[in-house]
Amino acid sequence: MLRCCNRLVAPTTGRVCFRGDDVAGLDPLRLRRRVGMVFQRPTPFPGTVLDNLRVATPALDGAAAIDALACAELDESFLNRPATELSGGEAQRVCLARTLVTGPEVLLLDEPTSSLDDQATHALERMVRAQADGGVPVVWVSHDAEQVRRLADHVVRVVAGRIETAPQP
Amino acid sequence: MSADIGWAGMAISLVLVVVAIVLSWWRRLSLERSLAWSATRALAQLLAVGAVLDLILEPGTSLGWAWLWVVGMVGVAAAVVAWRSRGVPGIVGLALAAFAAAVSVSLGVLFGLGIFELESRTLIPLAGLTIGNSMAATILVAGRVYEELRDKRDEVEARLALGQPSNDAARPYLRAALRTALVPQIEQTKAVGLVALPGAMTGLLLAGVEPLDAVRVQAAVMFLVLGAVATTTVVVGLGVTKRLFTPDHRLVALDRPAEG
Repeated sequence: MLRCCNRLVAPTTGRVCFRGDDVAGLDPLRLRRRVGMVFQRPTPFPGTVLDNLRVATPALDGAAAIDALACAELDESFLNRPATELSGGEAQRVCLARTLVTGPEVLLLDEPTSSLDDQATHALERMVRAQADGGVPVVWVSHDAEQVRRLADHVVRVVAGRIETAPQP
Repeated sequence: MSADIGWAGMAISLVLVVVAIVLSWWRRLSLERSLAWSATRALAQLLAVGAVLDLILEPGTSLGWAWLWVVGMVGVAAAVVAWRSRGVPGIVGLALAAFAAAVSVSLGVLFGLGIFELESRTLIPLAGLTIGNSMAATILVAGRVYEELRDKRDEVEARLALGQPSNDAARPYLRAALRTALVPQIEQTKAVGLVALPGAMTGLLLAGVEPLDAVRVQAAVMFLVLGAVATTTVVVGLGVTKRLFTPDHRLVALDRPAEG
């Protein structure tokens, strides 16, 4: 479902609207920068963490890169570390920072903590909560009811492919 | 020394096939029938080709027949690549385009710049070298591009999700596939003459040509092969990549292609 929101998948029926516009009519490349996405499994690219950030924004300068890492609670010593040698939690935080450097208007997260330990999970939840508190709407998909209770302002429950709006936490 | 070994010489050389069959029987490899069949089939194919070439290369025969032969070679090579790369979308057209491009570029340089004189006797073997030596690398690159994009789908989609166009998102994986296909050819070129004398040179030496004359021909052939392999792999690599993405920069569903 999230992939339909940034046009990585085209819906077979129905339509997805973003701020009133059918996404099928929007430029997919611009849409994907406006609607950032973090995936279930960390997907660091080969190269350093800075190289990863520059995949998202090639002209990114050092100061902006350090700011992006700070949003993911990583210090600047990470910039020159090989991204593929990071722990799962660190790699997922780099993926979050990489998405944030595109300046997204909305964040989509597809079970981003499913492969992380408790400590890394809580760290990522804290970072994303900070983004939401800062005014970036976040759509977080989770199978973890406890996590939903901890994090969500609004809950939409999908059961057997149908949407049921559950009471708010 | 004469390269004309006669029919008797050819028949006697079959002793070497018998040696292979005896070794297979001795070591219980169960390859005796395969060895006999492959040798028989190769001999029949060569005799058939030789008979047709005898007609085409006869003085006075139109050069058009040689070009027709080249078109046939391109078609057969494309069919082989398509068969070995089943499941890769659009591979027939891409392989045809790749071999046609390689033949055009290679023969354009060799004949257009006067390195060889354009006649049936040069056209057919040079086109054959171009196409024959490019086939393995072309099959390899088609499969590798497909597998790279399929196996690294998460990474590719993460790149797309950052707003990268499909060309940019696929570039690291296309580069890896092209390097895999080209490096063996480069290594072979570097080792030429050190390990074994290459085919064209060996043929010329057996035919009694002076070694330095044979070397010049071999060098031209080697460069021809290098250029042809680069051309076919790039055409097929770019073409397969393009077909694996939609116009709105989505990676299409990729299954495991059939093994060749």
